[in-house]
Amino acid sequence: MDYLEYLLDPEHWDLAVNGNIPSLVLEHLYYTVLTLIIASLIAIPVGLYIGHTGKFSFVAINAGNAGRSLPTLGLIILLVTVIGFGLLPVVIALVILAIPPILTSTYAGLRAINPASVDAAKGMGMRPIEILFRVEIPIALPLILSGLRSATLQVVSTATVASYVGLGGLGRLLVDGLALNQYDRVIAGAVVVALLAIILDLIASGLQRLVVSPGVSGRALTRTSNKPPSSSVEPASATAG
Amino acid sequence: MIDYITGNREIIWTAFQEHLYLALIPVILAIIISLPLGYIAVRYKKLYYPLVNISSILYAIPSLALFLLLPPIIGTGVLSPLNIIIALTVYSVALMVRVVADGLNSVDPAITQAATAMGYRRVKRLLRVELPIALPVMLAGLRVATVANVSIVSVGALIGVGGLGALFLRGLQLDYLAPIYVGIILSVLLAATCDIIIVFVQRRFTPWVRAGGRA
Repeated sequence: MDYLEYLLDPEHWDLAVNGNIPSLVLEHLYYTVLTLIIASLIAIPVGLYIGHTGKFSFVAINAGNAGRSLPTLGLIILLVTVIGFGLLPVVIALVILAIPPILTSTYAGLRAINPASVDAAKGMGMRPIEILFRVEIPIALPLILSGLRSATLQVVSTATVASYVGLGGLGRLLVDGLALNQYDRVIAGAVVVALLAIILDLIASGLQRLVVSPGVSGRALTRTSNKPPSSSVEPASATAG
Repeated sequence: MIDYITGNREIIWTAFQEHLYLALIPVILAIIISLPLGYIAVRYKKLYYPLVNISSILYAIPSLALFLLLPPIIGTGVLSPLNIIIALTVYSVALMVRVVADGLNSVDPAITQAATAMGYRRVKRLLRVELPIALPVMLAGLRVATVANVSIVSVGALIGVGGLGALFLRGLQLDYLAPIYVGIILSVLLAATCDIIIVFVQRRFTPWVRAGGRA
């Protein structure tokens, strides 16, 4: 199995050496986290605004499909050709690709809330801002996280492709390995980046289950006579429209 | 850009055709594979979570990694278009299995019981009652899979088979924006056209959804 030579060579796992597998994993994670933070700072407030007010909802509904139809490689190369090589054009491309899933699911999360819950909050005298932060966001959180989860996968995958225009991270092993005809290096990169994506996805799905509001999951209702309210926040697998 | 298009009509057309078949053959294969798998996940409930979990793991693998992991596993050449077709089929099946299963699960048991009482056996009931009712959900999933495929194909250009993706690489090498614009526009148009066709199919074959008599 000479395919696995590079991957299994302990020298390539030495923590001290730059350009080794562990440092590439860290670099990949750095790009991923950086992109997700920027994208969330843009997409979550916009999604909350659209979902809360119902204004401009066509933007949120169509963002998902529009984002999916953009060819990732084309977007990266377009920005690199216009701006020049470097971290900036790639991060902009990654942010553009990460915004639609987060925006769409934040919106969908708010829309899926039973209006009775919002009415009840109003009846209790909550102000709009309180309703948003103490009722709507907690109930919508699992769906918001599902958007972050798809965005994470998208970013990890696209960051790999972006190594073609010079970005670091695990894509380096794939791109350099291909250029040098070192197939075992390619396989090492592919295996590690696949595992990274799978692990991040598992963490996200665990988190998603963890943050279901106690009022929705029924965890808060300890008395046996109380039935948990039927959950209205089943993750929407596809955007309507 | 007009100069580029008139001067390179042949190249663009070939790239477009390659893009079309690389993106759509997997969709057709995925329909054929995911229908029985989704049915099995519903019929044998124990298999639902294993199938859905395996699907979501496969779906998480980055596209470039999957393209390059397939050759040693299935014995294709590194530059073979089969890698792209099989990888996209894997993604589409991973997405569709869950959608088919959830679609079939969404059929109201009262409806299946009524069909049984009317004398429908299992296979006929599946074909005439359950599948049509699940169709809108399944087609929504198909839209997502198709649009995603059209977009991912261009990544294949990095290993030599990428339809319109080849135009992106050409633009990067020549520092020339025209081929990049043409590639992006054609790719987005192709995705939008496929999407519209599926929506049309859904309206044509599930008229009851629009009529308001939701199943």
